[in-house]
Amino acid sequence: MKKSLKGWIDARFPLSSFVKNELTDYPTPRNLNYWWNFGFLSGFVLVLQIVTGVFLAMHYKPAADEAFDSIQYIMREVNYGWLIRYIHSTGASAFFAVIFIHMARTLYYGSYRAPRELMWWSGQVLLIMLMATAFMGYLLPWGQMSYWGAQVITSLFGATPLIGEHIVIWLRGDFSVGDATLTRFFSLHYLFPFLICAVVVLHLVALHTVRSSNPSGITLHSRDNIPFHPYFTIKDFYGLGIFLIVFCAFVFFKPDFFIEADNNIPANPLKTPAHIVPEWYFLPFYAILRSIPDKLGGVVAMSMSIIIFAAMPFLDRCRVPGGACYRPLYRVMFYVFITDVLLLGYIGSQPPSATLTTVGEIATFFYFAIFALLPFTSYWENRLLLHREKLPAAALTLIREEKYIPVDQDDKKTDGERA
Amino acid sequence: MNNDQPIDDAAELDEGRRDFLEKGTTIFAAAGVAAACWPFIASMNPSRDIEAKAIATVDLSGLAAGKVETVEWQGKPVFVFHRTDEQIEDMHSSQTSLDPQADDKRVIKPEFLVVVGVCTHLGCIPNRNGAKGWLCPCHGSLYDNSGRVIRGPAPTNLAVPPYRYDGEKKIIIGKV
Repeated sequence: MKKSLKGWIDARFPLSSFVKNELTDYPTPRNLNYWWNFGFLSGFVLVLQIVTGVFLAMHYKPAADEAFDSIQYIMREVNYGWLIRYIHSTGASAFFAVIFIHMARTLYYGSYRAPRELMWWSGQVLLIMLMATAFMGYLLPWGQMSYWGAQVITSLFGATPLIGEHIVIWLRGDFSVGDATLTRFFSLHYLFPFLICAVVVLHLVALHTVRSSNPSGITLHSRDNIPFHPYFTIKDFYGLGIFLIVFCAFVFFKPDFFIEADNNIPANPLKTPAHIVPEWYFLPFYAILRSIPDKLGGVVAMSMSIIIFAAMPFLDRCRVPGGACYRPLYRVMFYVFITDVLLLGYIGSQPPSATLTTVGEIATFFYFAIFALLPFTSYWENRLLLHREKLPAAALTLIREEKYIPVDQDDKKTDGERA
Repeated sequence: MNNDQPIDDAAELDEGRRDFLEKGTTIFAAAGVAAACWPFIASMNPSRDIEAKAIATVDLSGLAAGKVETVEWQGKPVFVFHRTDEQIEDMHSSQTSLDPQADDKRVIKPEFLVVVGVCTHLGCIPNRNGAKGWLCPCHGSLYDNSGRVIRGPAPTNLAVPPYRYDGEKKIIIGKV
């Protein structure tokens, strides 16, 4: 019965071969560490956000005079409404946390390099879409922080030369953030996750074409690959367990950790809160915006600080595999960059002062300087490490072997060996 | 590499233990997922303010014999019918065949009949049929003065909501 059903489906849909090629036989490097868990985790959080979001939308009312109250209604009256809302609000932060770690891993291990440029770029698109979704979702509770955050971010578009003012009014559908803005943000906040799902599919198709990178950065021989299922399904789920412990600790014991106190005051278009900060995941970029003393310049710098990641495959000219593993200079640059981002995040969270602004300007300079230096340092690393062979002997052997085994040829060999 | 060689301690592999662990983990995970689904399913049930709507209070003192008062309970009409002595006697002695039930099982005090005014066929609201009972305008189901169905297509009698007396002349409809 089971077998004939399987046959019936397989004659019409490539179910068995899909499961075999992409799961039970999908070759995965055996040396993946736990930093490779975060792609799976971001997929999980995406699903969690969509599910909780759909259920919240059953009770939420996207209208300026009803939105705030409907959130209170969800918190007080709806069965488990508090839980679903806290999962969703904490989930937003968790999403950025896992995505940032996922990106940091890619940068550290140099996974953005050939042949994985499209993975990096589709991930870049996903990041921007995620930021847009999070920003629009943040308006929906219609609290003071929601309102003024949206007011500030939509005003950024006012920096566009000539037509800035019209763009801002077009975005808001009103002269200031109002009912029209809320309604369209709700519509798009509901739409974007499904677009994200579509890009995730592209991201995964690209992944299954180029296969996972690994800490050594070297395309492994078939003998060093193991099937994704069960080895990495179980590893991913173990990582998920650890993640859920941390996540649930926030949801159940510190649910308002990520919610600004001022957002429990209904939106008031006539009064800005004394100290307005964006959500933590926007803080480094917000600090860059603030540290440029020119309106247009600030907006350009902030956009550049996000988009510049896309240039990594071009900026990094080093062919030494394994990213920061075997590259001492790149490793230093990586840690300086992470420290710099954390510092910018701290500055973004503080009220502006003369000292902090100066520190912020220096940190912004370093942020871009690291990208600007990369072509030169990577060229130097290439010469010193690769041409003069100052790498661990084992790594050199692997690199030399790799050079003569192109990816696709290696794959054919894999199939032959398996059969 | 050593994975090309057979595992030396293969003999020590306890298949039964591994099988148990695998099944145990799967069952535990499935139970966890099922439990995680519960809040989501529960959130679609009526919320507390809607449940609070599920109580209606009716003052019977102004209701003359032979008159029906329709009150809203859970968004549905409830017929409160003050029956005459003749009608009580009539209902007490009669039997119905479609959904047989004694009249005294359907009332707390025989003077006052309390039934949900929703036809058990497809949810229309029956109209008063003279002094004899109710007639559903949609498909012609006929009910007597005890709300019992005497002609189809309705399959069952008009439902009696949960209610209790609060003093002599007041009833509270709903689970309280």
